[in-house]
Amino acid sequence: MTDTIIHIFLLLTLPPLLLGVINKTKALFAGRKGPPVLQLYYDIIKLMRKGMVLSRTTTWVFIAGPVVTLAAVVLAGMLIPIGQFDAPIAFAGDLIFFAYLFGLARFFTTAAALDTGSSFEGMGAAREVTFACLSEPALFFALLVLAKISGSLKLTTMLHSSTSAFSVAMAAPLVLVSIGLFIVLLTETCRIPVDDPNTHLELTMIHEVMVLDHSGPLFGIILYSAAMKLFVLGTVLLHIITPFQMNRMWLNWPLFIVEILGLAIVIGVVESVMARLRMRHIPYLLVSALLFCGFSFILLMRYYK
Amino acid sequence: MTNLLNTILVTILVMNLFALGTSRILAVTRVVAAQGVLLGFIPLLVHKSLVMPVLLMAAAAISIKAILIPSIIVRALRDAQIKHEVKPLIGFLPSIILGAIATAFALLFAGQLPLAGNHYDTLLVPTAIATVLVGFIQLVTRYKAISQVIGYLILENGIFIFSMLLVEAMPLIVEMGVMLDLFVGIFVTCIIINHINQAFSSMDTRELVSLKE
Repeated sequence: MTDTIIHIFLLLTLPPLLLGVINKTKALFAGRKGPPVLQLYYDIIKLMRKGMVLSRTTTWVFIAGPVVTLAAVVLAGMLIPIGQFDAPIAFAGDLIFFAYLFGLARFFTTAAALDTGSSFEGMGAAREVTFACLSEPALFFALLVLAKISGSLKLTTMLHSSTSAFSVAMAAPLVLVSIGLFIVLLTETCRIPVDDPNTHLELTMIHEVMVLDHSGPLFGIILYSAAMKLFVLGTVLLHIITPFQMNRMWLNWPLFIVEILGLAIVIGVVESVMARLRMRHIPYLLVSALLFCGFSFILLMRYYK
Repeated sequence: MTNLLNTILVTILVMNLFALGTSRILAVTRVVAAQGVLLGFIPLLVHKSLVMPVLLMAAAAISIKAILIPSIIVRALRDAQIKHEVKPLIGFLPSIILGAIATAFALLFAGQLPLAGNHYDTLLVPTAIATVLVGFIQLVTRYKAISQVIGYLILENGIFIFSMLLVEAMPLIVEMGVMLDLFVGIFVTCIIINHINQAFSSMDTRELVSLKE
């Protein structure tokens, strides 16, 4: 019970901190002081107290977009086990549910963008779904590999089995899967090689352009759910790349927090040393993520029966 | 031990695909150098006991493949002022896909081969075949002479991995001879590249056909 409460508490409070850490890392790399680590919390609180402007062309879909996205992402976060602890919600086949919660979130984000009637936002929505076409199969292949290794269709069992001694034997496919998942993580959360969260240049932005018309609390919700998406996918990735556990159960919570902040620093470093890819090169990156995950599945089927 | 070996081999496969997919020749050179370092560790893992020839082989592989040859290539790149492979015969994404197909083919093909029993659970054979094929793709689809040299180097890496199967049977001197040939070959090519560059200002192999005195 306590574990469930801590799980929900971390899921709800930690995500904005990750973005703070990423921005701080980037600032340090650029030789700047950077915004405070807690900046996103301030931003969200500020946005929540503001009023909101609704265009006359919009309908309920426009408001439903951010709200459904947040709900889907929170639910996805409940399906993922954090560290060594079981997920609050778990049932056989929840990996499909998990993947399509992100699909649902994406559908409503793009629908809300189209609902504004702006050609600009339509363009962003088109980009978002185009890239999703490639990142979703990669995610599925990765989940398939994990399901095959663990012999289970439950996310909790799947992700925990890679933590146990099992993973040493499966190192080769898991290396490939973790590379693929990392690229998927960067794509889904709109980080730098794919999308620059800071730019507001119309020709290149993907995610930012879809939320241009949202303001006030709705925009706050969007920022919050974007951070939470990073947290959820990062947690999945951590199960594969850092299969460590402490011998005292409660120590796994601080261990997890350290790990996910470490991941945020890694993302920050990647963002600092890489330039944003040109729009037409992004599919290359995504196809290679797909190849990594798919290839790891072939490897698994062929060599580890 | 086998798992560590397989992890290294898979990393080599990933590097192959990266080498196919990037246009910056310097980055490709770095990847191939890193591959050389990993290759150096393979003899240590394949062998049950650490004997002098194995250590020598590892040291030679690392020093030649990871340090010496890449530094010659980097030097040639700097002198000839080449940075990018501009427009290969087959684009970067298709060549990644081609490389992935080659890798999958290698995995399937190696499964059919009648191997010695202790080679079944390692990825040595498929990685060797895949690396040779990737080197070949790199070699035939790029126009810049220096990219072709790198393709040749990847191809040789594949042969090196293959020779790990025979490491008990094959004398060290054969591997050393191959390594020396490789070194001399690349050394000469890079010098030639420099000279061609000074005389003709183009590194494109399509143009080299029409070179005249």
